[in-house]
Amino acid sequence: MTAKSAAHTIATFARRHRLRPMEALPWVLAVAAYFVFPDYLALGAQILATLLFGLSADLVLGYAGIVTLGHAAFYGVGAYTAGYLAAHGVGSPIIGLIAAMVAAGAVGFISGLIILRTQGLSILMLTLVVCVMLQEAANKMTSITGGADGLQGMEVQPVLGMFRFDMYGHTAYWYALGVLFLGWAVTRTIVHSSFGRSLTGIRENVARMNAIGTPVFFRLVTIYTISAMLAGAAGALIAETTQLVALNVLSVDLSGTILVMIILGGVGRLYGAFIGVPLYMIAQDRFSTIDPTYWYFWIGLLLVLVVAFARGGILGMADAVLRRFKRSP
Amino acid sequence: MTASCALETKVLCKSFGALAVANAINFQLLPGARHALIGPNGAGKTSFVNLVTGVLQSTSGQILLDGEDVTRLSQAQRVKRGLARTFQINQLFRGLSVLENVTLAISEREGVAGNFWRPAGKRTAVVEEAYALLDKLGIADEALRAVRELAYGRQRLVEIAVALGLKPKVLLLDEPAAGVPSSETGTIIEVIERLDPTIALLIIEHDMELVFRIARRITVLVQGTVLVEGTPAEIAADPHVREVYLGERVTP
Repeated sequence: MTAKSAAHTIATFARRHRLRPMEALPWVLAVAAYFVFPDYLALGAQILATLLFGLSADLVLGYAGIVTLGHAAFYGVGAYTAGYLAAHGVGSPIIGLIAAMVAAGAVGFISGLIILRTQGLSILMLTLVVCVMLQEAANKMTSITGGADGLQGMEVQPVLGMFRFDMYGHTAYWYALGVLFLGWAVTRTIVHSSFGRSLTGIRENVARMNAIGTPVFFRLVTIYTISAMLAGAAGALIAETTQLVALNVLSVDLSGTILVMIILGGVGRLYGAFIGVPLYMIAQDRFSTIDPTYWYFWIGLLLVLVVAFARGGILGMADAVLRRFKRSP
Repeated sequence: MTASCALETKVLCKSFGALAVANAINFQLLPGARHALIGPNGAGKTSFVNLVTGVLQSTSGQILLDGEDVTRLSQAQRVKRGLARTFQINQLFRGLSVLENVTLAISEREGVAGNFWRPAGKRTAVVEEAYALLDKLGIADEALRAVRELAYGRQRLVEIAVALGLKPKVLLLDEPAAGVPSSETGTIIEVIERLDPTIALLIIEHDMELVFRIARRITVLVQGTVLVEGTPAEIAADPHVREVYLGERVTP
């Protein structure tokens, strides 16, 4: 082995975390969408908030390999926290956002301490149970949550005291985009760090991680908490921009939907959510207009096609195509 | 004398219901040892490794690392005290590159694996060390390939490389040549022969060629009990061993 190729190998490995030009694309598109589709900003803000939720789900599912059917628990806790504060005189969206992250993170930490001791199907069941329990609790505690009627009387103040939420969604869009950008920056830093790589190791082979001295349980609880905080932020964004919180934010249905979205895009790839979430939500918006009765069928068909023909989602398929192009000169 | 052992077990027992996989095992591994643990299938060799490393909790008895009682410590805590192992069936990060497999182990050893802001690729010292290790084992040319793309024999070398990345004082190799075509066994043996002589090495192996090439001491385990321990010559000549285990394997 020559010294030159050694240096080359190490440099290739070390270059992996650097920003590539392609990574600017989502942000360019998001800014462009603001000007191109001024009538769809409300939907746009929802997509951006859901994207943050998708990023948080990808951290646990795609990177750490924790199969969860209850990720909406944290999203919902975040949404109710921000909603409750706004309905009780604390209308600052930033404070609501931070409070939502703290509350969701606490729920993630405590439930993680119990759930993450188990593996496989048990995890799946326990995450689902946490989500169902929280939804049922929210349903019963009508004095706090408004129960089945939803949370009433939110009054969200202008962002930073300057930008009032308007009915066209201008402020909502930029606010959601800003928070998403911060969430992305944090997520990206984590997945390229030694901690993030060790999560991938846990996903690939727990037995070996134990054998190299990794405190696996502690790592999993840490990422579960961080992910819960990001999901909570996403929930707060939805609550603040729509000024509405109802029981569906805590539903198992939503927990499943977010998985479908990131699986469509490709899990464990950071950008899977950026493809899957907008695709799903735009398709949902279009299909439900074209075919209001059976729109879910078309979403289902899309998922079946992706799972059958594009393991690794749309990004995985794109990777495979690119590789083929590179090989054949 | 106890303190001078790199690894020692005292009356180590483990049973699953009525089945005793470890029956009062007294075992000593000296610093720098080249020790083999042999025995027929189901003798409890891998269970012994699992007990020592903490994958299994012992029913009774003691495990000492460098004279220190580690019986109640977790796997991770034992690794931190210098105990590393390989697996009979590869336990690797198959989707990750060879270099990354070793980097993960070194990051854990260095205590940087919990850091979530500094990019892993910027830890040049860790990556360079990982590369140097691969170079020493002759697999550096495949450093950037995913483990699952490698031939099984080379994957076995990665398995050893990951364990070596922990800079162990005690290394347990669980059938390092298992599943490797006989044409490639030589490479594995060479790698083991070239290991740092200060590492206390325990090899569990079925391949008698490998055992007799490497080991200077052999323990024979039968049904969870130590049958006999001695030098390779003594073991090869032992009538009990020939009867229960070696049988026709020993060439006349």
